[in-house]
Amino acid sequence: MLGFGADRLRADMNRLLALLFHQGVLDEQFLQLQQLQDETSPNFVSEVVTIYFRESEKLLTNLRELLSDRDFSDYKKMGIHLNHFMGSSSSIGAKRVKNVCVAFRAASEQNNRLGCFRALELLEHEYCYLKNKLHEFLQMEQQRIMGAGARYPIQN
Amino acid sequence: MSCFASMNMANETQFHVLAVDDSLIDRKLIERLLKTSSYQVTTVDSGSKALEFLGLVEEDQRNPSPPSVCSNHHQVVEVNLIITDYCMPGMTGYDLLKKIKESSSLKNIPVVIMSSENVPSRINRCLEEGAEEFFLKPVRLSDVSKLKPHLLKGKTSDKPQEQEQLQHQPQPQPQPQPTPQQQLLPQAQQQSQQQGNNKRKAMEEALSPERTRQRYNGMTTVI
Repeated sequence: MLGFGADRLRADMNRLLALLFHQGVLDEQFLQLQQLQDETSPNFVSEVVTIYFRESEKLLTNLRELLSDRDFSDYKKMGIHLNHFMGSSSSIGAKRVKNVCVAFRAASEQNNRLGCFRALELLEHEYCYLKNKLHEFLQMEQQRIMGAGARYPIQN
Repeated sequence: MSCFASMNMANETQFHVLAVDDSLIDRKLIERLLKTSSYQVTTVDSGSKALEFLGLVEEDQRNPSPPSVCSNHHQVVEVNLIITDYCMPGMTGYDLLKKIKESSSLKNIPVVIMSSENVPSRINRCLEEGAEEFFLKPVRLSDVSKLKPHLLKGKTSDKPQEQEQLQHQPQPQPQPQPTPQQQLLPQAQQQSQQQGNNKRKAMEEALSPERTRQRYNGMTTVI
């Protein structure tokens, strides 16, 4: 019974990943993260993704604060935040988020405030979607590790 | 076979790599990549902390003399390779590279630069300044497999049997000692095939259209 649950869990996880790959939300770098996870570092993916969530939320808050300021002009500072966000997104394989950062940075380099606003909205949207999906993935991963595959998890 | 295996074990030294990156995620990644490849790893988040770790302390804050090795209370740990991010606040990876190459005590330590930006002039500058390799981020296992020759070069000056160890892979023909500009040895190439993705190192690779295409694939987001 346990075996059947674990298999089903793994199948669901793979299906989720396949979807995210198909949508371009994740790229092969995410697979690289999984490859680096083993017995000596069994929570590697979860650890890295958790750090990513934490840092991303801080960056998004900073970006929102910068743009909300009526006297905003510090595009350079915005660029620094964006570079950081781009880098970390690229490092975990968050392709769509990274691509929005690239477009956002372009708008920032042109001192295009409206463009930046729109980019920020899109970025928040993409990040939100990514976060939900990764959270889902990690929950399943957690269950798989704990061997709690006998009962299919009820989502609330 | 067993004789050779024991010879491997006897000569197997764990290399110590110092990784420098201001991004926590990238530090975690590079640490994992290196540990998976059986290296001992120390990570620091800035160039100045790297120099401190290496025992190189800048004197010119107080008096304008060149940097000297700080022989203070703590013992300087041996570092076999330094891998550093290029873009860091304060001291960049390039600045760090320069300081290391200017230091009589540290200049022989191989240095590898990582960057998320594919800028040929930047790559060129680093290689000219003495960097052994230039990796584009995100760094992969196939990149880390390219480090071995540089590390072994540092050790082979007095240990000839290590070169044989290098060559003992399913390749019968002998290989010449690699120089920094030469291509990889077969073992490294076999390892890098797991990605089928041959980015990195020389300027030619960075400038190749295939590489560029790969990089910008899917970047169609329009605001």
